[in-house]
Amino acid sequence: MHAHHAPQGFIRKYVFSLDHKVIGIQYYFLALFSVLVGMSLSLLMRFHMIHPDAKVGWFATLWPTAAQGGIMTPELYLSLMTMHGTIMVFFVLTTAPQSGFGNYFLPIQIGAEDMAFPVLNMLSFWTTFIALAVMVAAFFVQGGPPLAGWTAYPPLSALANSGPGEGLGQTLWIVSIAIFCGASLMGAINFIATIIDLRCQGMSLMRLPLTCWTWFVTAILGLLGFAVLLAAGVLLILDRSAGTSFFVPGGLMISDQILNHKGGSPLLWQHLFWFFGHPEVYIAILPGMGVTSQLLSTFCRKPIFGYRAMVYAILSIGFLGFMVWGHHMFMSGMSPYSAMAFSVLTMAIGVPSAIKTFNWIGTLWGGKIRFTTAMMFALGFVSLFVTGGLSGIFLGQPALDLYFHDTYFVVGHFHMIMGVAAIFGMFAGTFYWFPKMFGRMMNETLGKIHFYITFVGVYAIFTPMHFLGIAGNPRRYSDFTNFDFLGKLLPVHTFMTHAAYWTAGIQILFFFNLFWSMKYGKKAPMNPWNATTLEWTVSSPPPFDNFGGQHPVVNHGPYEYGVPGAPRDYVMQTDPVDVHAE
Amino acid sequence: MLLAPIIWVLTVVICYFFMAKTWWFPPPISAHGIAYDAQFMRTLVITGIIFFFAQFALGWVIFRFRDDGRRATYSHGNNKWETIWTSATAVLFVGLVLTGTRIWAAVHLSEPDPNAVPIEIMSKQFAFSFRYPGPDGKFGATDLKLVNDAAGNPFGLDDNDPAGKDDIVSASLKVPAGKPIKLIMHSRDVIHNFFVRELRLKQDIVPGMEIPLYFQADTPGVYEIPCSELCGLGHFQMRSTMEVMPEADFEKWKVDQAANR
Repeated sequence: MHAHHAPQGFIRKYVFSLDHKVIGIQYYFLALFSVLVGMSLSLLMRFHMIHPDAKVGWFATLWPTAAQGGIMTPELYLSLMTMHGTIMVFFVLTTAPQSGFGNYFLPIQIGAEDMAFPVLNMLSFWTTFIALAVMVAAFFVQGGPPLAGWTAYPPLSALANSGPGEGLGQTLWIVSIAIFCGASLMGAINFIATIIDLRCQGMSLMRLPLTCWTWFVTAILGLLGFAVLLAAGVLLILDRSAGTSFFVPGGLMISDQILNHKGGSPLLWQHLFWFFGHPEVYIAILPGMGVTSQLLSTFCRKPIFGYRAMVYAILSIGFLGFMVWGHHMFMSGMSPYSAMAFSVLTMAIGVPSAIKTFNWIGTLWGGKIRFTTAMMFALGFVSLFVTGGLSGIFLGQPALDLYFHDTYFVVGHFHMIMGVAAIFGMFAGTFYWFPKMFGRMMNETLGKIHFYITFVGVYAIFTPMHFLGIAGNPRRYSDFTNFDFLGKLLPVHTFMTHAAYWTAGIQILFFFNLFWSMKYGKKAPMNPWNATTLEWTVSSPPPFDNFGGQHPVVNHGPYEYGVPGAPRDYVMQTDPVDVHAE
Repeated sequence: MLLAPIIWVLTVVICYFFMAKTWWFPPPISAHGIAYDAQFMRTLVITGIIFFFAQFALGWVIFRFRDDGRRATYSHGNNKWETIWTSATAVLFVGLVLTGTRIWAAVHLSEPDPNAVPIEIMSKQFAFSFRYPGPDGKFGATDLKLVNDAAGNPFGLDDNDPAGKDDIVSASLKVPAGKPIKLIMHSRDVIHNFFVRELRLKQDIVPGMEIPLYFQADTPGVYEIPCSELCGLGHFQMRSTMEVMPEADFEKWKVDQAANR
């Protein structure tokens, strides 16, 4: 046994690194950059919705044609919306929880030196980087970024003359997504191989931390989902540039021109897209569930309630996640019989989600809760998950979707659960693992101020959306002045916009805390939270090969807190079998 | 610890607005709308109770089980409780969706009324047009090559087809109150959507497909139709109206329209 040493050159150490820890941090920062872009876009959108006629000088500087004279056009609004959704879903929600934290902590938590395929790992990060570069490039091409939404429904997305941005901008969008699919497939294969092959001695599947279970299932979802999205993207490119008609039917006329396409089906795209798109929701949220489970147990000093039930719930969410895509298509014109089947399956997926919630409350019950910032975000996650999950009970019923489909009710629902709940999972993970990643502690006071304002803020932004939905407000409208009933809802939009300003503003505190603590934070000990999993048995930050050439041996389950008779109130996974002998 | 009262206050505020109905549905104008609202209220009451108690319980455990020097209880869970709450949620969720299937079936699966008034919708970026077959009860032939929006022919009506001579084309939807209607939906370019809030009905209008939608409106009035599927830059202003008229007024309107043609 000997320790492996890190490469010395800057480029091999920090840029084209093979070290999963460096790659994890690279993914994290890529997501951090993306979330800044995505959040800024959302603020511009919220501004435009309540001031559709406002003249803002620098809009014209940024978008000389789409915001001529400083007034944002409806097409620019739609472009911002499309890019907001795309960047947030792909480059933030898919990237940070899985590729960021997963890359960094999966190998350490299972006692491995690195991922199974380090070169593939590096390749998958740099491919993601290229995908992001191509996506950002769509901002600067002629016609501007695409406006077909992150779901890119054809024929709108398939026909270059269906709107500004539907030319080169839309092409770049599809190319970027296809590249991203490739990167995600590489990552998924790597995660699956690592977790199956590289577990250390004693790390049986039922001793895996729940974080590892969620990364594992997320990787499987990614492998199956992104493969289908990649295929759909290739077909869409062919429709756009090679004259095929996979998604474009015959008999169409755009801008007074009759098209030559024949025989395609717009619904085919929706089936392929949502076959990926629904599992994608779980790709975003599952790692957050894993982190939440890990943190609730750690900070209430109690074993997780129903570990096996949690594992089975994760597995059944993953399995059922592939059978519910049709609930996005109740109004699409697909067979009304299949809608009924999809709705029953959708309700079925609510059951494992409810199991998780009950188990989280069961975990907290009888615990002794330590209110660290990381724990606050995990508790916030539970609250948001309940709120966002329950609105799904409305949308999962085709009968009720007859009204709610494509209203703000949907926007409120998915932002609550897949947006902010997942982001709370990332915040929780950041505060929890920062000491291990950077060797210093984050500031708890700043963290708590940031938490409280963010928590109330996201409720203030996204709860009113449900009422807008009940009042029938359609989504993807750039202004609300053309309809009598929408004009009356404007005060609600104004409130939400201001809530968004405040909530976005307070994120400065988080960024400050993050970067300030990297340099000036208190030095972190090896195990600041008295936690049990393997990453807390190595120095902060861990050595290059994670365990300094040692091979850890696991003797205990992942959540042994408050063990009666044990010398400490926790038993680490690597502690000797007979802890009392210590 | 402060988190517990914050969660409680948020919960109470949210519950208040759902009960005050400050921003709410417009009144329904059909039997389907009334059934829809009943199903919504069933779902709201059940999810509302779960919401209130789940959030309240979360706040309670945060408050009650804060670190006050006790030792945490050592427990890996309880299979009896797992079984109870798994079966309870399964029964509740699946039961709820089953009670709603009647409403869905009534819209999409029931035997259509052969005497329903047929109306065709043609949607395009960014307008709706409506066509009535006229006294002969038949729609005339159309051809994309004859489409001329400026000349008031969005359907591409063929003047050589006698069945089309009496067809009425309108920019807004007029329907007789209390009569079954059959909407036949077409799109000329991208996907649009037909939505009338007061009807509690929505349907995508998909190019290349002919999608029928049956409904009946009982309360006369004018109701807005907002396009509800992203269709391009003018999506936010793609608007029409549906006027529900007493049957005699509707017949008179058709006669007037035919005379104006």
